[in-house]
This record gives sequence, structure tokens and C-alpha cells, in this order.
Amino acid sequence: MSAPDASQTKQQRERATTIFEKGAPGRRAFRAPDLDVPQVDGLIPEGMRRAQPPRLPEASEPELVRHYVNLSKRNFDLDSGFYPLGSCTMKHNPRLHERVAALPGHARLHPLQDPRRAQGALELMFNLQESLAEIAGLPHVSLQPSAGSHGELAGVLLTRAYHADRGEQRTTVLTPDSAHGTNPATVTMAGYEVVKVALDAAGGVDVDDLRAKADDSVACLMLTNPSTLGIFDPNIEEIASIVHGVGATLYYDGANLNAIMGYSRPGDMGFDIVHFNLHKTFTQPHGGGGPGAGPIAVSDRIEPYLPRPQVVRRPPGAQNGSNALHENGADGRLVGGPPIFDLDEDRGGRDSKSIGKLRGFQGNYGVFVRTYAYIRSLGGEGLQDVCEVAVLNANYLLARLREKVGDRLPLAFGERCMHEFVLSGAPMKKELGIRTLDLAKRLLDHGFHPPTVYFPLVVDEALLIEPTETETRETLDAFADAIAAIIAEAEADPEIARNAPYTTPVRRLDEAGAAKRPRVREVLPQ
Amino acid sequence: MAGYTAVTAEDLAIMLDAIGVGSIAELFEAIPAGVRLERPIDLPPGEPEQAVYAELRRLAELNTSAEDEITFLGGGMYDHYVPAIIDMLMSRSEFLTPYTPYQPEVSQGGLQIMFEYQTAISELTGLPVSNASVYEGPSAVGAAAYLAKLTNKRRKVLVSRGVHPHSRATLDTLAVGYGMEVVEVGLDDALTDLGALRGALSDDISAVILQQPNFLGAIEDVQAIADAAHEHGALVVCAADPLTLGVLEAPGHQGVDVVVGEGQSLGNRLDFGGPSFGFFAATEKHLRSMPGRIAGETTDADGRRGFVLTLQTREQHIRREKATSNICTSQALNALGGVVYLSWLGRRGIVELGELMLQRTHYARETLAALDGVDKLHERPVVREFALRLDADVGRVLERCAAAGVNAGYALGRSYDEYGDGLLVAITEQRSRADIDRLAEVLAAAVAAERAGAGAEVAA
Amino acid sequence: MADASYPDDLLYHPDHDWARIQDGVATFGITWFAQDALGEVVFFDPPEVGSSVTAGESYAEVESVKAVSDVIAPLTGEIVEVNTTLADAPEAINDDPYGAGWMVRVTLSDPAQADGLMDSETYVGTL
Repeated sequence: MSAPDASQTKQQRERATTIFEKGAPGRRAFRAPDLDVPQVDGLIPEGMRRAQPPRLPEASEPELVRHYVNLSKRNFDLDSGFYPLGSCTMKHNPRLHERVAALPGHARLHPLQDPRRAQGALELMFNLQESLAEIAGLPHVSLQPSAGSHGELAGVLLTRAYHADRGEQRTTVLTPDSAHGTNPATVTMAGYEVVKVALDAAGGVDVDDLRAKADDSVACLMLTNPSTLGIFDPNIEEIASIVHGVGATLYYDGANLNAIMGYSRPGDMGFDIVHFNLHKTFTQPHGGGGPGAGPIAVSDRIEPYLPRPQVVRRPPGAQNGSNALHENGADGRLVGGPPIFDLDEDRGGRDSKSIGKLRGFQGNYGVFVRTYAYIRSLGGEGLQDVCEVAVLNANYLLARLREKVGDRLPLAFGERCMHEFVLSGAPMKKELGIRTLDLAKRLLDHGFHPPTVYFPLVVDEALLIEPTETETRETLDAFADAIAAIIAEAEADPEIARNAPYTTPVRRLDEAGAAKRPRVREVLPQ
Repeated sequence: MAGYTAVTAEDLAIMLDAIGVGSIAELFEAIPAGVRLERPIDLPPGEPEQAVYAELRRLAELNTSAEDEITFLGGGMYDHYVPAIIDMLMSRSEFLTPYTPYQPEVSQGGLQIMFEYQTAISELTGLPVSNASVYEGPSAVGAAAYLAKLTNKRRKVLVSRGVHPHSRATLDTLAVGYGMEVVEVGLDDALTDLGALRGALSDDISAVILQQPNFLGAIEDVQAIADAAHEHGALVVCAADPLTLGVLEAPGHQGVDVVVGEGQSLGNRLDFGGPSFGFFAATEKHLRSMPGRIAGETTDADGRRGFVLTLQTREQHIRREKATSNICTSQALNALGGVVYLSWLGRRGIVELGELMLQRTHYARETLAALDGVDKLHERPVVREFALRLDADVGRVLERCAAAGVNAGYALGRSYDEYGDGLLVAITEQRSRADIDRLAEVLAAAVAAERAGAGAEVAA
Repeated sequence: MADASYPDDLLYHPDHDWARIQDGVATFGITWFAQDALGEVVFFDPPEVGSSVTAGESYAEVESVKAVSDVIAPLTGEIVEVNTTLADAPEAINDDPYGAGWMVRVTLSDPAQADGLMDSETYVGTL
């Protein structure tokens, strides 16, 4: 592929206009229901009524449809192409999940509905708690956290509650150099100081450094295993023993769970707290950056502190509350009766050791529906297959890339990988004069979403590649060929990659300009 | 085997050969024997798509949704109509399946929508800067307290008892980590007690947090609270119901520094509580302390207008332990629903919708309060939700109403010990006068039945 | 961006900061090497006039699009002036790091500290 000339695509010729610049005064899509009650004036006190209506767009439904559908065409998406974004697990999103999540019984269920009339939702959540407990190897689950970062915060707050309950004041949390940025950010928000643990030559935790830093001021070690380098830490048992030896908890960042399902479980590795990224491992569509969900699973010693509410199953015949009616309703239906599945809002009552709530209501139920459908579709055997093919695909792509461009883009650590791997673009930069960023931008012209770039920070010019289990061998081959073609092209003329992309709706954007003089909203006419 | 992988026997042979191993098992050799799961994962076997559909449908049918009854449940999430255009757009692959827009050249659709969303939220709240959304409402309140701490380094937060119980509970949880103390300010006849607030204010208060309208539905005097707080240099945080802001003054025009809230009522489904989105807007000076993603406008190499994620140095992936928040993503898809909904409503529609809720709410409140055994819990002005007092056991009354196909609302005693006889009733544009009249009929009968046979347990 | 240069009339701190001392008042900034490593500067978060700075400790932050760096004080003293033009034109730190890109002026509490800094030649030798 050569660099296209200056001829632009239709999209490129048109200036991007927002919905606020479209439409015309008086246009509308919404029609309010007729006022069917007597009009009463003065219901809002003077000074509290809005003086000027918010300047929202004024557009017809056809205009809205055309505007947003045209915008959709300016997005790259997983349904149309390979998206090997490392650490994000961009696996196929089954359409069944969207169909079942949209069933009115799920989608139009109010979160404050009486548990007796939300038994399907609570049964689903209970079964999901049980399934996630089995997958994690830890017996207790809270579905409440809304994202991985939220699960991390829950986990570190649980750690804080655990130590406080034992009368201990611990001050630091250990994280390895390769950790996701959310780990140290979470630690600060939970009131601890971050202490970094070095990596050893193989990319694992430097056990000597860990031993030196582990003392009774340490509350927790946060670890991803396999790490963001795609390497399973072979010293995990020793690491767990060191951390537990000083009375600290061991926290598992579940971002990379796709790599071990069926082979190992965080609970079996000695972790006390795990968060799941349901949007990664269990394929909630990423939605352009959310929503997700980040349930946590914990060991017995952490259980008393779990957030409220959890879903519980009452033993048969147990009475619940004083409101239970046992009579026929007006239409003859039996109403009331104790719920089998219930929300345990105040577990432990006033003496509860729970850390409380992390958000409103019960969590991202719509995500749970999709996750549950996924687990029911795959079963235990299917989840193991997911893991095996994810690791197979990653190693195959790695092998193809090493064969084609191994000298320019060497593997950062080790010989093989788990579900993802990190290449270093340092030789490419030095020898060809193109950076990892340039390679990424040129990949866009080949119709691929680039891998994660410049993460993890411990690798110079990093390229973190995670193909996932749902890609075919042909796709992996085509991707390896594209990288090889870009490298070959740069051997001849590095300028092409340096100025890429050429075929996208816009070309390289001035991010520095955006940050210097931030324009974060449309300036609207008065 | 499972539905979504694609490795044939031939593929497997070629792939193992390329890797240089004899089996898949060899790829897992790094996992030490001591931590291996030496048995299959113990879950029910996988099932074909049609069987899974049937199971999820079975579960759905065990729920009584807003489709199955006339519901007046609110308390933070509301049964508004979600226009078909939103279903269509939110299910488009191009919006549903990408990740966070790390490569702006191929994410202009999503980024521009974030920019439009931020513009709409700024307009609605009356504040100049908005992020691209956070998880949901109550945790947005918690995030606002963290911004206050970063801003003035003070360690105490005052929160009105009129703020959603889940927001207050979330704040309590998070404040432990922030090292902040949360002090509640009580209500005086359903409004934040201004006298108590003034008494609690001092120069070590980081922020004052209120909700508009508050959990009892009452319209707060936001300006008076903001003025009192600012006298002591405290930030003012207001959790707002976005769909009331067509008729209620924007908190940003009443001295509020940070406006947050639950975005579900803007074109998002109830989904038993999530996913939805939280909005987060602030005054200009807080731009660099905001949590979460922010889209900004810029130009490309050819001078074309474009959009990027900007001010990323605030965020965890760069600033790590010094980040303004640990939040990674926004709730992009839900926020898309939000901005499409606001565009669909439009400048006139949001006022008309607010006015309709106002009128029907007034009608419902007066109609229900006229029933025997039913009184207003407070007389304060309301927009879309109001509180009643029942002279009968609220839980049992709700059961009786439910049996008649009407969900009469939320038993306030579930969250407020002092309102054990309270019922919170919410109105949306989907509840017509006929629905309200039906509620009145059913509620009257239920209260009467309870008062007649108070305490009697009737066997089924 | 200008070519690499390390003026002879400045003193250098190993964390890539410079000081120019005139009449007991020092001007601080970051070196050509530092701004080059950082890339295009998009934001300078200045300290307040009247606050004190300590040699070897951070007194401000500079940001590029994808990085944040602490700015280290080469000497101890009290800030008497900050370069407010950097708020609107942070690119001066790249374009003219020893001129328009200066950051603060400081009255020194211990002028003898300057003896611990490097001259241009020594600093260049460390790069």
C-alpha cells in the first residue's frame, strides 16, 4: 500500500458540524402528551423557575437520525475489524446478549421494585454471584462495583476495613512497576501511599525487592497475574506467602482473567480479593468507553466487610419482614409471601462491618444479564476453551510477528506469552526512524485498530497486543502481514508512516493544541 | 465447541507448529503446579443460543416490570419513555462495540458525541465545563467530594438529609478513603434546614452537598444554601434531576460550583438500576481537577475540525497516584443515549415535558391527599415527585395496590426511620390522568381495607 | 524548536533545571534537554508568589500531552515573581527555554548554595 495522494474522501471534505449547528428554531422530534389535567399557575416559586430554557438543539427526527448515523460512520468498531487493544480484551460481543438484555422484564424493571416482584433479576444475580465465585476460587461475591477501577476501590477499602477491624493502622499499598494506572490512583483515593515494587529480569515481581519492602506498614499488594506484560508470574506462591506473612491482603486485578480460566484461579493463588472486568472477560460491549461492571470476589476473612446489598437466597419457609400478605389480590392472584431471593440491605444491622454502598441501587444489572447469558452459553468447558484459544492466538500472532519483524519489534520479555504480549518499538525507532505511534497510525490505513501503545510504561516504545480468542487465523495472518508491510515501507521511506494516517475521516490531530487552549463545549449563540 | 471461537483441527496444527510447541497445554507451563485448577470449572454445561434465550426470558417473566403494572416508583430512577431512535442508535455496531477512543482518527463519531454531550450538560446545568460522564449518580456525588478535597484541602463535608440515601451512603463509604468526615444537615419541614446548615458551617468545611429537587420531591432554595456555603469558602455541590431543569433554574446559575446527577431519566432504560450514567459539570476553574474523560475540539494535520480526549494528564494512566480520580472510562454508550434524548426533546420539548410533569404532579398530589387516611407529608413546591403520609401500614398498602396492578411508589421508611408512614410518588409523562385516577382509586381502597382490618392476617 | 544549547552564564542542577543569579535574585527554568525530553509543553502549573522553594524539591509542574513532570528548584528561597505569560503561551518553554520560557524569580535564602550547582560544561558532560 502506498501513501494516497491528496485526494480526500467525502467525509474528509466536509467540515464536522455538531447537532447544535444543525436544525432550525421551531423544529422538533418530541411531541408532548396533551395536558389532561387542569392547568395551575405559580407552582414553582418566583426566582426558582428557569429564566431561559437550556439551548438544546432544535431538529426533526430525520435530521437527528442522519446526523448520528453519519457520525457512527466516523468510528472504527469491533464488529467491522480487528481490535487487538492489549489489556482491553476486545472479544466478539454476541448479539444474543443484546436481545435478552432488552427484554422488558429486564430492561424496564425498576431498581426499587419490591424484591418479591423482582425474583427473576435476583435469581439471575444470585446465580451470577455463585458462578463468579467458582471462577475466582473465592466464596463471596459483590456485584456492586461499576467498573474495574470501581472494583479496585472497593477492594482497597475492604482491605482498610479489614485492618481497621483488627485495630491495625497500615499506611502503604504495594504495586509493581507494570501496574495499570488505576492501581496507584485507587490507592491514593483509598487513603494509602503507593510503594512500587521492582520487576525482575523476566518481567515478574522482583521477589527480593518485595521481601525488602514488605513489612507491617503494608496493607495490601495489588497484582495482575498474568501481568500487563502477558507473563504469568512463576513466583506467585512465594509472593503470596511474603504478603500474607506480614499480615497484608493480596489483591488481584482481574483485567487478565481471560488468560487463566480453567487453568488457575486467583483464590487458589492465595489472593483475598479479586475484581472482574465483565466488559473484558465476559464480553459486555465496550460502548465507546463504558458501560462495564467490576464485581469483586473475596475470601472468608474479607466477607464481613463486603458492600451492601448482596443477593441472598432464603432457606425455604423462612419468613421475611412484616409486610408479607398471604391473600388473593383483587384480580385473584396470590400476592406477597416471602421472597426466595432477596437483597440483603443491612447485613449485620447496626453492628454491620460492611463498608457500605459504592453506588446507587444494585449495580449494572444490564451488564449482569449479558454476562449471565455468556456463562450459560459457554459453561465451564467453554470458558476453558476461551482461555486456551486466547493464549493460542496470542502465541501464534507473536510467532508470526517474530518471524517477520522480530528484529525491529522484539518481544520485550521472555519467549512466549499468555493472552497478550508486549513488543518494543525501540529498535524500529532507532533504525528506521519511526516511532510506535507512527506504526499505530499507519495500521489505521490498513484497516486495523492498533494495539495499545506506550503501555506498560516499563517497556520503551511499547506495543501491547491482545488478539483474543474470537479472531480467526486468517485475521491474525493479515495483521502480521500489515505490520510487516509497514516496516518494509519504512525501510524505504519512513516519512510515509510518520505522516499517517491518510484514509481516515481526519488525519493526525493536534492534541497539544487541544490541551493548551481547551474547548470542551460548543459555544452557542445567545 | 463453544460458539465464538474458530480454531479447526487444521488451524490448530498450523498454529502449534508456528509457535513451536506440541500442544496447547505446553503454553500454560508457566503456571506452577501448586496453583493449578486440576479439575474442570464447575458450572452447568454450555447451551445453544435458543436455550439460553429461553432461560433469560424465563427470568425476565418472573419480574414485574414497568410494562406489567402502572408504576409510580421513582426515588432516583424514573420510567420515562425511551424513544425508538435511541434503541436504534445505541445498538449500532459503530457505537456499541468500540473501546475508549484512544485513536481519535478513527473515533471521531464517538468523540464528537462526547463533545455534544458535554455541551448539552453544560447548558442544562448552567456550568461551563462537563466531563464525558461518570459511572452513575450517587458515585458522582462521591467524586464531587473528592474534587472538593483536591481543591481546598479541607477535610469535612456537609450533606443535606434531603440528598438521596444511596448518595449519602456512597459518600460515607468513599469518605473513609478520602480521609474526610461527613456531617449530615437535617431537614426542616422537608427542606434542608438553613439554620442548622449555617450553624454547621465553618472555615474547615470543604463542601456542602444538596439535591434538587430533594429526595422528598421538594424544591430547595439552592441560592440561599450556596450563599451560606460560600461565606465560608466551601464548595457547593448539587445533585440535580436533569429532567426538571427545563422548568427549574439551573443550579449553575444559582451559585453552585459542581452539578452532578443520575442520567438515567435521559433516554436510558431502568435496567434494574444500571448501567446508566452520571453527569459531572463544574465551573471553569475546576477543569483540571475533574475526574474522568473529557473531549476537546482541535484540528487535524490538514486544518480540519476534529475532536480528541484532552487534558489526559489529570488521569490515572498518566498521573497515576496523583490522578484526580481512578476512573478510567466514561459511560459513553449511556451518555450517547443521554445526548440523543436531549436533542430529541429539544429546546422547547424539555420545557414542555417539565411543565407536563409539574401539572400532573400537582393534580396527583391534590387528588391523593384528598383521600381518607392520606395526607401530604409536606406542603413544599414539587416538580415530579412528592411525599404522602398514610394512616395505614405502608408496606401492606403497597402490597394491596400491587395486587390491583398499580405500583403506588416507594415506602420512605425503607430509607428514613422518621417517615415510616411515608410514601414517595413519582410522575413521568407516561402516567396519564387516567393512570393517576386509577392510583387514587386503588390507594383509597387499600388504605380503607387496611384501616378496616388493621393487623388482621388473611390466609391465602 | 530551537537547537540544543546550554548557555555559559547559567548554573545547572542535575534534574535539568537552570538558575541565573543577578543581585541576589535567581531566575529558574528547565534546560533544553528537559524540554526536549518532555515534548511540546501544553501547561505550566505555577506556584504562588510568596511561597518558598527548597533546593532539590518540586515547586511547579509542566505538562505535555502525555506526561507530567515536576520542576525541581535548583536553590532555596522565596518566590517573588512567576512568569504569568506561560499561562497563555506555554510553548515558550520549548521555543526559548532560557529566555521567554523562564518560570520563577526567587530571592535566595542561602546564596552560597549556588556553589553546589554545575557550570555549563560540567552539566553537558552528564547528558
